[in-house]
Amino acid sequence: MTFLKRRTTRLVAVALSAIFAATFAAPAVHAATTDTLSVLTDSEGNKAIIDGIAAAFMKANPSITVTVEYRPGGADGDNITKTRLATGTMNDVFLYNSGSLFQALNAPKNLVDLTNEPWQSTVLSSFKPTVSVGGRVYGAPLGTAMGGGILYNKAIYAKLGLKVPLTWAQFMSNNAKIKKAHLIPVIQSYKDTWTSQLFVLADEFNVQAAVKNFPALYTANKAKIAKTPAAMAGFNHLQDLYKAGMFNKDFASTNFDKALNYLATGKGAHYPMLTFAAANIIATYPELANNIGLFAQPGNNAKSNGLTVWMPPAVYIPKTTTHLASAKAFVAFAVSPAGIAASNAAMAPGGPYLIKGAKLTGQLSVIATDMLSYFNADGKTAPALEYVSPVKGPNLEKFCVEVGSGIKTAKQGAAAYDLDVQKEAQQLNLPGW
Amino acid sequence: MAKAKKLKSFYPTSLMYPAGAFYFVLFLVPTAVSFFFSLTRWTLFDWKFIGFANFINYFKEQELRIGFVNTLLYAVFTSGLKVIIGLYLANFLTSKIRTKGLLRSVVFFPVLVSTIGVGFTFSALMDPYAGMINKGITFVAHLVGITTSGPGWLTDPNFLPLLSVGLVDVWKGVGLATLIYIAGLASIPKDYYEASAMDGANSHKQFWHITVPLVRPAMFSVIILSFIGGLRSFDLIWAMTNGGPGFLSDVISSINYKQYQAGFYGLATAGNVILFILVTALVFPLSRFLSKREVSA
Repeated sequence: MTFLKRRTTRLVAVALSAIFAATFAAPAVHAATTDTLSVLTDSEGNKAIIDGIAAAFMKANPSITVTVEYRPGGADGDNITKTRLATGTMNDVFLYNSGSLFQALNAPKNLVDLTNEPWQSTVLSSFKPTVSVGGRVYGAPLGTAMGGGILYNKAIYAKLGLKVPLTWAQFMSNNAKIKKAHLIPVIQSYKDTWTSQLFVLADEFNVQAAVKNFPALYTANKAKIAKTPAAMAGFNHLQDLYKAGMFNKDFASTNFDKALNYLATGKGAHYPMLTFAAANIIATYPELANNIGLFAQPGNNAKSNGLTVWMPPAVYIPKTTTHLASAKAFVAFAVSPAGIAASNAAMAPGGPYLIKGAKLTGQLSVIATDMLSYFNADGKTAPALEYVSPVKGPNLEKFCVEVGSGIKTAKQGAAAYDLDVQKEAQQLNLPGW
Repeated sequence: MAKAKKLKSFYPTSLMYPAGAFYFVLFLVPTAVSFFFSLTRWTLFDWKFIGFANFINYFKEQELRIGFVNTLLYAVFTSGLKVIIGLYLANFLTSKIRTKGLLRSVVFFPVLVSTIGVGFTFSALMDPYAGMINKGITFVAHLVGITTSGPGWLTDPNFLPLLSVGLVDVWKGVGLATLIYIAGLASIPKDYYEASAMDGANSHKQFWHITVPLVRPAMFSVIILSFIGGLRSFDLIWAMTNGGPGFLSDVISSINYKQYQAGFYGLATAGNVILFILVTALVFPLSRFLSKREVSA
């Protein structure tokens, strides 16, 4: 009995010390450190770019394994991002909007300060304020700037002999001719509620042309949308189009993909949307993509016609990451020439990058070419409101659906949105609210 | 003698302490704390006391007020249908039919299926142009000579979306009501039926004068449970309409979720306090009223 006991204890002691030695010996045998990195991105516009950059990054850094996780866009995506940050379960690198949506993330508390990273000198200065709080920069731009306007089917325009409208009245007369030809004048897709906001948001160029410092007044609670006629225009457009019966009859149950289908296959002529949709159209309807172009949302003055521009989203690093060095390497790669090249390869650029000297290579889509024409002259672009003001009410998409469906009038929708903005400003603790 | 009595009463009470601790920590304390936080505007990192401003906001805004009407409408509609259809089905399934076991399983299986799965399936079926239901309606109407594309079950800008979700909710939940009724029916002594048959009562009279009065305990359980469930319903409405179009089919729980999604945490907490008070204020008197009638019957 005791002999067996002594032998087993000796065996156990030998085994334990072997394991003990092995755990300390292992690092000495493998010189390079392998690391894993987890990246969170949305499953719509930016999926292809992040996938492309991750693949190129892994090629350049074979010791780091990157896993990409996808989340939905819109309010659900906001929800996931904020919850993960609050519970400390955020991925090592995550993609999120810049501008006012970024302001809601409480960057000083949650995100790694990237102000002094070596690559910051290559980022255009117009981008930095959209990912900064108190002068510290927290994000790096990913992808290209986008334009928000009206995508249109050039084949329909050619067939009906229409010209690109420079005023809203011209736009409506085009719509009347399109409706006579038994085609859908304006496509709306309220099943994906985020697509309903474009008529309001893409009008920003015209709003700022009419009221120069509207963003500053609006942020300081000195101007309300419902009381500013120029700012009401977007809501009025939705109401007028609905009343004139210019929408597809199934607008309430159409989603983003179906809307692109209507546009690309020539069933519908106009679709208010951001230019990132070009990548979706090229991917799904490669032979039809050259028929789709972009024009800026027209206002009342043909001489003052320009495009509202969206800054690209950014990649951020949460403070809770345990792979900080790899995360910083990934972010640095994304803004490096190699990262830009990977981005170009993954998705033809839809607009200019926010990095100095970034090259736009590959076959530019017709939409991108149309968009870049607004950048060739001075004063034909303006930033969207959410990039010059920290406050954007989170429920705008729902009010736009209501106005576009005839449930609310334009005035009621704008007034409700003003209340929404007030709640958001109070939640962010902005002065003057 | 006294010592033995003391030992006897200590044992059962002590068994309740673990469960009581869970209940206290995970339910009572958060409920009390949320009553406090509904009076604040809180972010995930700090809070500011603002008094009743959240509650005032809730009643002031039309998007939030609509929740009250919708919640009551939904609860009464689904509860009423479940009570009536459940009793009819239970009566049928306890009569002399051959395939009783199979039919009971068929009636009960929707209760077991995932709510979200049911929501997405019916969402697709109820699509106004591409869904099977409206395609069927269009086809049948065409045969009769009417051109229609069927109603917009989930997209019409009025009460129809809410009621469509209510119908799906009834389809899903009636099995449970039927089950409770079957248990209630089984407890009615057969002698009553035999005696009444001897007196010449037909099945119709038997149903109204014997079955309905004596199944009251089961009926009251079904009323209370389905009414509370209807007041608190969230997942089916969220999966089918997201509270849409706009805010038209929003109930209080989906509104609270939307406020939470938007980052208005104080408002969401206040909304949940309102839901708590609403359910309590409605169900306590209802339950007392029903139990009084139970005793007298």
